[in-house]
Amino acid sequence: MIYIGAATCGIAAGALDVSESVRATLARHNIEARVVHVGCIGPCYLEPLMDIALPGAPRISYANMTPELAARIVENQFLRDDPSLDFAVAHLGKNGDAEALGLPPFFELPMLKSQVRLVLRNCGFIDPESIDHYIANDGYKGILHAFNIGAQAVIDEVREAGIRGRGGAGFPTFKKWQFCRNAPGEDKYIICNCSEGDPGAFMNRSLIESDPHCVLEGLLIAGYAIGASHGYVYINSDYKLAIARLNVGIAQMKEYGLLGDDVLGSGFPFDIIVKEGAGAFVCGEETALIASIEGRRGMPRSRPPFPAISGLKQKPTIINNVETLGTLPNILRNGATWYRQFGVQGNYGTKTFSLTGKVRRPGLIEVPLGIKLREIIEGIGGGSWRPFKAVQTGGPSGGCLSAEYLDLPVEYEAMANAGSIMGSGGMIVLDEDTCVVDLALYFLHFTQAESCGKCAPCRVGTWHMVTLLENMSKGESRPEDITRLQVLGETVKRASLCGLGQTAPNPALTTLRHFRNEYLEHAKEGYCAAAVCKDLVTYSIDAQRCNGCQLCKNVCPTNAISGVRAEVHTIDLNRCIKCRACYEVCRYHPLAGNAVVYASTRRTVA
Amino acid sequence: MNEELYPSIFSQFKGEEGELITILLRVQEAIGYISQEAVKRISQFLKISENQIYGVASFFSRFRFDEPGKISIKVCMGTACHVHGGSLLADAVGWDLGITYGQATPDKRFDFQRANCLGSCTLAPVVQINDKIQGRVLVTELKETMKHREEF
Ligand SMILES: Cc1cc2nc3c(=O)[nH]c(=O)nc-3n(C[C@H](O)[C@H](O)[C@H](O)COP(=O)(O)O)c2cc1C
Ligand code: FES
Repeated sequence: MIYIGAATCGIAAGALDVSESVRATLARHNIEARVVHVGCIGPCYLEPLMDIALPGAPRISYANMTPELAARIVENQFLRDDPSLDFAVAHLGKNGDAEALGLPPFFELPMLKSQVRLVLRNCGFIDPESIDHYIANDGYKGILHAFNIGAQAVIDEVREAGIRGRGGAGFPTFKKWQFCRNAPGEDKYIICNCSEGDPGAFMNRSLIESDPHCVLEGLLIAGYAIGASHGYVYINSDYKLAIARLNVGIAQMKEYGLLGDDVLGSGFPFDIIVKEGAGAFVCGEETALIASIEGRRGMPRSRPPFPAISGLKQKPTIINNVETLGTLPNILRNGATWYRQFGVQGNYGTKTFSLTGKVRRPGLIEVPLGIKLREIIEGIGGGSWRPFKAVQTGGPSGGCLSAEYLDLPVEYEAMANAGSIMGSGGMIVLDEDTCVVDLALYFLHFTQAESCGKCAPCRVGTWHMVTLLENMSKGESRPEDITRLQVLGETVKRASLCGLGQTAPNPALTTLRHFRNEYLEHAKEGYCAAAVCKDLVTYSIDAQRCNGCQLCKNVCPTNAISGVRAEVHTIDLNRCIKCRACYEVCRYHPLAGNAVVYASTRRTVA
Repeated sequence: MNEELYPSIFSQFKGEEGELITILLRVQEAIGYISQEAVKRISQFLKISENQIYGVASFFSRFRFDEPGKISIKVCMGTACHVHGGSLLADAVGWDLGITYGQATPDKRFDFQRANCLGSCTLAPVVQINDKIQGRVLVTELKETMKHREEF
């Protein structure tokens, strides 16, 4: 068996070309082997990944494949019986294989060592389009157990396990369910929230692409517990692969009697419908999501009534995050006590994060709650490229935590007290080359554009915040503007109708709290230490280093660079559009002298 | 315009108001944008006003009302790509094509959009040309690619 990691991230890294090349090689030599496209195993920095498993031998992982290399490894393995250990990174065999092969076990790799994979346990191991693979790995045992103990007992078990919503807010899952179960009415709905509007987060997408059945089983369990007969998966329409796999999964469930009027002869009727969203961040909010499913503009409404009482089609409705649902089969199968061994008091279980930004080993990770941020960033992520500056969690609704918070445990309350939020799982590492003013501007831009416009504090407030930040990034503001930004942010936070506005100022407010000095530098001195804010940066050529190779002159789109061959060049700042092309050639081309520098200079205060 | 198009799309639906967004998505997949003709047809099919359809469609960033260019260039502006300098890439494409994101070139050959996250954050910054995603793109690389743009 040859496994190739082909979720969106793997495909982007070139997994399909690798797979094509492997298939061609196998065909050329008449080798009998199956090529399986599996999901994302997590360490995306190693992509494209290829695993080879021979009968009776441990499965071996090869990283950073190219079509040529993969073909060579396959030929070596099958024609010459040589496992090409030079290119291997790890094995997935039993204890003891490590010594024999001289390879570390996959889960002992530094990136995976501190991780605990519960939700992601199947990701990268099973064929996501095969229900049999899922069942062979204890799939659908959770729902069987649920049928055995009855709906109320399921809610009790979930209460015992202490799982809280993974969509961001951390509301105890059993509580919502109990409200809904107790609500009068026959028709009830359960919705899986895979809106994932946070730009820069992909954990829900990866989970569905890699193991759709665990989410579908979770939906079934939740539906059974609250007494719903219809489940919806609300998913971003850009997630083509995930949608396709869900549809395959649902068709297989029907075939196996896991959906229909009488699921597995238990008398419980259930049906799942996939609803595509059309890309609006606010549609992650529960009431907006419901409006969008009903075919209306995705505008939130004020609560109460809560959806658990009156939601979709005015019927009691529960909305759960993909990951919350994906965890349920584990809890039901193994029991609450088993689940409580992970995490800490009040924050049981694990959480997935998409670890990205300026970190050495980015990827999809799953950690037990209560782990320290430092362990995630330095242990799993391998630290930042340049000296660490901050970590941003929770996407546009979350905040930045500076280095002094590195020992903060990843728990709902602890994160909230520090001014950030747990969020749905985006985790972006920032180093010294990132400007916090620019980042705050970026997020505010995003929320301002995504504000649905229903309430004025959010619609107008975010716009003014963007203007203030924009001026700062241009060096055109005064120190008083910082206070104005802060007051405005507090107001928007308090006065907005829904979670979008209530959290939108967070990126600005938390960076103000931890990096006020940087704001001051922008406002007072027109200085951007990270040299990111374009208007505050100038390009120049270091005369000591320039060897006159003319590469920069050739690449400059505006002819801003002048100089004759073998003599020092100069940049005409009036023409320079700061596109960074000259910097790149000068830095990376072997003939160039690494002479182009870009930096921000302090304005002398009058 | 292919006369069969709308009936074949509508045949997958029951004609309920809740299906509006899905119908709009299917129409946009088929013809690339939401045309006036499409709105008229949907309005007849679902028996709701054209205004209501425009109201819903304009709310969601996915829908567009002008014809897209043939070759699609998307620069990712998600957070991970942003901190890795994605906006420089967007500037480079814009400079090359002489348009800004959200537009197509006047000859409708190229279409320049920004995306909120292409799901490959670990390869940031990311650019998508037609169906192919390129990761860890440098400005100079992108300019080099754009030189061959007629061949995409
Ligand atoms: C603006 C906004 C965006 C949200 N986006 C998401 C999202 O993308 N995914 C998600 O699961 N929850 C999102 N939520 C949270 C949901 O409203 C809801 O709390 C969650 O889906 C509940 O599921 P849980 O109890 O399993 O966490 C968002 C909330 C707000 C206010
Ligand atoms: S942020 Fe660019 S791919 Fe996710």
